[in-house]
Amino acid sequence: MKKKLLSAIMSVAMAATLLVGCGGSTAPATETAAPATTETTEEKTETAAPATEDAGGKLIKVGIINNDPNESGYRTANDKDLKATFCEANGYDAQFAYSLKNDEQIAAAQKFVQDGVDYLLLSAADTAGWDSVLKDAQNEGIKVILFDRTIDADPSLYEASIVSDMAKEGETAVTWLAGQNLSEYNVIHIQGVMGSAAQKGRSGALDSKVAAEANWNIVTQQTAEWNADNAQQIVQSVIDAGTPFNVIYAENDDMAKGAVAALDKANISHGVGKDVIVMGFDCNKWALEELLAQNWNYDGQCNPFQSSYIDEIIKKLEAGESIPEKTIIMDEKGFDASTITQEDVDNYGI
Amino acid sequence: MMQKNKFQISNIFRNQIFIPLAALILLALFNLIMDPSFFKITMGQNAAGNPVLSGYLITILDYGSELAILAIGMTLVTAASGGQDISVGAGIAITGSVILRMLCGRNSRPDELQMPIICAFLIAVLAGMLAGAFNGLLVSWFKIQPMVATLILFTAGRSIAAWINNNELPIVSEPSFGYYGNFIPGIPIPTPFFIAVAVMIVTALLLKFTNLGLYVQAVGINAKSSRLNGLNPTFIKFLTFVLLGVCVAVAGLIKVSRLSTINYSVVAKDIEMDAILAVALGGNSLSGGKFNMTASIIGAYVIQFLTTTLYKFNVKSTALPAYKAIVVILLVVFSAPVVREFISTKWKQLRSTDKIAKEVA
Repeated sequence: MKKKLLSAIMSVAMAATLLVGCGGSTAPATETAAPATTETTEEKTETAAPATEDAGGKLIKVGIINNDPNESGYRTANDKDLKATFCEANGYDAQFAYSLKNDEQIAAAQKFVQDGVDYLLLSAADTAGWDSVLKDAQNEGIKVILFDRTIDADPSLYEASIVSDMAKEGETAVTWLAGQNLSEYNVIHIQGVMGSAAQKGRSGALDSKVAAEANWNIVTQQTAEWNADNAQQIVQSVIDAGTPFNVIYAENDDMAKGAVAALDKANISHGVGKDVIVMGFDCNKWALEELLAQNWNYDGQCNPFQSSYIDEIIKKLEAGESIPEKTIIMDEKGFDASTITQEDVDNYGI
Repeated sequence: MMQKNKFQISNIFRNQIFIPLAALILLALFNLIMDPSFFKITMGQNAAGNPVLSGYLITILDYGSELAILAIGMTLVTAASGGQDISVGAGIAITGSVILRMLCGRNSRPDELQMPIICAFLIAVLAGMLAGAFNGLLVSWFKIQPMVATLILFTAGRSIAAWINNNELPIVSEPSFGYYGNFIPGIPIPTPFFIAVAVMIVTALLLKFTNLGLYVQAVGINAKSSRLNGLNPTFIKFLTFVLLGVCVAVAGLIKVSRLSTINYSVVAKDIEMDAILAVALGGNSLSGGKFNMTASIIGAYVIQFLTTTLYKFNVKSTALPAYKAIVVILLVVFSAPVVREFISTKWKQLRSTDKIAKEVA
């Protein structure tokens, strides 16, 4: 009996998908899979609606793809900020997806496209591989807004990108370092996850400076993958080798902390007016406190608060206005240990 | 076993411990030829003014220790269940988070500790055992494949760790908390090494004075027949996972102590793969059965030796995993029983032709 029932259900289901497949084939889409085509037609009607229905208090559906909030203090602050803005009280129905891996993020984006969100907010783990899913989104009439990180895709595929200019962060930091007027720069360069926008921008500025100046040398250049433990081992290795160095350029605060732990172990002094200059990025509160205590020298800000910018853009798009500038770069600072104040720590620490 | 034919050189190749030892010697020789200063150890002072030894070898002892501790637990799990626990990295995040939560309370930047470090550690051990028990239950009772069962904690563990501390990143300013991952004032050898040695001694005693080793191997070789002989395979598999949980908690203490803080998503990242590799390098069958604890421990230090060597020669960061993979392939191929048998017979042939040549002469 059970088997018969099951087979009956199966055959009905199969017949249904067949029928649906035939019906859907009149749609312009080239996809052959039946479920996909039915969904496309559904979404088309749905996504066309919000512009008119918005006044009636319908929630704006946003799909937010972000990196793992536990990744760093930056991400935690970023996630909190987004969650605070995109809530029902502000007229949003937000879904969140988190991953540090590009392929998982793309899968999440595909799911959001299928769910028929109105806006797709994206902080990509990696810059490559987004073209096809964003094209799908465009076909569905879903508007894509990038935040925090740029991607290698045609700008027509997204409405706006609200980013930290990582290259500028790097340049600010390198300019500051050049301003220290050391006779020789022997830099330990600890990189983030290779290929991430933050790594590329922050590495790029230093790399070009080292190539241009004769008295700038890289002692070692390694990725610690944002991990304090690895950074500690890398610096430990340089210390064990006995190679002299006077600058640590770590691409985030965690790695700078790991590097400093290795320095402390070997009794190498660091900070303002000491043997080794320590530089970090992201402006974690604890890192700025290290600056205030003069243990570190420099910390570059990476502004995690994009949600107000995004909110503004969505409001404009909903009102039918156009966005004049596609790339919006947020204000960012660099803090010097000799000028930082408690106020800065409270205001900019994340 | 080796004791029976101590003087047969050909048997050395058959001995399990030969592979990790050979790898260790190979790496050491490579470093000796490329740059003898690798072996230099100097006496210095750390920032607090305490005497410390430094040098590559010390670094290896230091950072290899948590891996060795994990390898001990992983060997038992592998031997009993014929599978591996891939959640140890996540487990370290959980236990580390528990320690910090206990020490800091609700305040993420406390001026003084909420309880003695030893209490926080013991609670973390309980947490580690709990995580191990969860894995163990799935594997032994529900008969789920170990890798699949531990995939659950592998995925969820780091989020649980973040949740334990309310997603804050606590920082312990109390200097004595840093002793476990760095140096105890006045003792120039890194503490993690002492902790690893302590764990090794406890394990050795456990294996010597209880039947744990025998039972684990019996269950691993054939669970059914061990049950017919009065053992309880379900309980023994479960027990190995709980013991691994204890090892994870110890490694977690070292990890969070190193920097007196934690980063949930990257702490001890991919360490499970290194731990499994240590077991494999030790020549232990990954499908369970007989095991050699010493070989696993040496295997763990070999992996750290390799990592440190690669750092020393400043291997381009993007190429680092590729180099590691090549070395791993070589080691694993070399440790395959077929290859070892081959070398051993070749050696015998060489010896006999040697003898014949001598006799002829």
